[in-house]
Amino acid sequence: MNHPTYLLDRIENKDSHTLAAYREAGGYSALEKVLKSMSPADVIDEIKASGLRGRGGAGFPTGLKWSFMPDPEKDTRPRHLAVNADESEPGTCKDRVLMREDPHGLVEGTLIACYAMRCQAAYIYVRGEYRLPYQRVQAAIDEAREAGLVGENIAGSGFSCEIYMHKGAGAYICGEETGLMESLEGKRGHPRPKPPFPAGFGLWGRPTTVNNVETIFNAPFIIDRGADWFRTMGSEKSPGNFLCGISGQVERPGVYELPLGMPAREILEKVAGGVWKQRKLKAWIPGGSSTGFQRPETIDTPMDHDSLKAMGSMFGTGAMIILDETASIVRSARVLLDFYEHESCGQCSQCREGTQWLAQIFRRIEIGEGRMEDIQLLEDLANGMAPGKTICALSDAAAIPTHSVVRNFRDELEEYVREGGHPDYRQGRVLEETTS
Amino acid sequence: MALPEKLTLEFDELCTHYPERRAALIPALHRCQEELGGWLSPETLEDVAAYFDMEPVEVYAVASFYPMFFLRPVGRHVVSVCRNISCNLRGADDIIACASKATGAKVGGSSEDGRFYLEAVECQGGCTNAPMMVVDGKYHEDLTAEKVEKILGELS
Repeated sequence: MNHPTYLLDRIENKDSHTLAAYREAGGYSALEKVLKSMSPADVIDEIKASGLRGRGGAGFPTGLKWSFMPDPEKDTRPRHLAVNADESEPGTCKDRVLMREDPHGLVEGTLIACYAMRCQAAYIYVRGEYRLPYQRVQAAIDEAREAGLVGENIAGSGFSCEIYMHKGAGAYICGEETGLMESLEGKRGHPRPKPPFPAGFGLWGRPTTVNNVETIFNAPFIIDRGADWFRTMGSEKSPGNFLCGISGQVERPGVYELPLGMPAREILEKVAGGVWKQRKLKAWIPGGSSTGFQRPETIDTPMDHDSLKAMGSMFGTGAMIILDETASIVRSARVLLDFYEHESCGQCSQCREGTQWLAQIFRRIEIGEGRMEDIQLLEDLANGMAPGKTICALSDAAAIPTHSVVRNFRDELEEYVREGGHPDYRQGRVLEETTS
Repeated sequence: MALPEKLTLEFDELCTHYPERRAALIPALHRCQEELGGWLSPETLEDVAAYFDMEPVEVYAVASFYPMFFLRPVGRHVVSVCRNISCNLRGADDIIACASKATGAKVGGSSEDGRFYLEAVECQGGCTNAPMMVVDGKYHEDLTAEKVEKILGELS
């Protein structure tokens, strides 16, 4: 389990969130290097060479994404970076740690990304609930500005860049990049049809790139230590370390820094102490709620983008959720579908209606009113919702866990239909309504 | 009615962050909710609309989209208990029941004495320290029934 780390190395330092502590740990040296000796193209080439993939869910190559921004010689519109700090995928709480404990790392990464893409202003869109992380990043921006690192003519280099914090207000869909942009413009968070893509038509119709917090946080390390160093960690196609949030019915839940490609079993058993209460594993969700309920036999899968894709799931946000042998898959699925129903923005009928129906069907199976034909109905509905049938992927994110329950845990669905629902309901215990 | 000058001065500054003033709308609604009674009254929405030179219905359309904005009065202390999967797997249903008992409020409602508003909300990003709740913006994690009673019992 001894592997090199970097992402969380500074957070144990005293007052790690302050500029003094960040400088003490060598902070802002990557920015200095960029401003003194690298062209924007050099920075993009280095990030490309590192093989860094986005940590927000899709795993898209970051350097490539940055290179989609139009040539500023030919396209003189102002351009923006939007940092996606709307972390809302159930199970995911990693960016919160970075923003709270090491906000200058995010500020430095943001400046480097803006330099590479020649953005004049960056917006950090933070979910409204993250009050302390918001305050910490805002304070870091203020400190950096005071030190001449944010604003006009940064460190005398001629490069100017503003960073603004922007607070969301509790809608999951604003973590979708075009929903985020709509929300940032002061509108309902309704995702936009693509194309046009953000690099051509983003915030206020200007070229825009949206990157996750952890993705941006990686940039200064890559610039400072080089793409070759970065590739010594992780797997060939998913280099580097990632923040693995492991939660649910596990002995030591937490946010851990691990190399991409570490087998999920090793993470569960060695890093997080195994399933809690010495119980057996019933199911696991690899990377946040949208990645589906997986069978325990798949727990040896390496935690990286391609291995999980080959297994039929996704890396997502790298947030593993563990369910022990006593957990109810049906109840957990109902909890998730209630969530997707609540968070559907309502633009596409497949998603607006589909999430509602799926939640209702899971609920009636849970409370003992399910019918055998409901199982096929779940499949049929999910097939009508995805893949790629709606403006954004929220509909897919609801369909994937539904399919996974039908495919991987059909026995439990059948048992609930046959026996009268979740054991609580068979015994006449009725739970208080917990959805609001 | 108009918005207090303290807020409009703040909003004037906020608007300079964006090429279009409207982008400041959601942060501005947050500030209004914080400063003007814990919710967004129809009068507040009208005042905000006037400030941004928008129709009140446009402001309402935005405010009603976002779960953190309250469009009716709520209790003094807002208690938001997570109901999503990581918390649910570690006993969130019991924590919600316990919070309901401790506050005297039903889920989605306020207590009769006006002290509390209780809501069961979607994931708030405290998954690795589940079960968790947010009370007046502050995170409380690794909850037990005893902890919930203590935290809520200390609020007046």
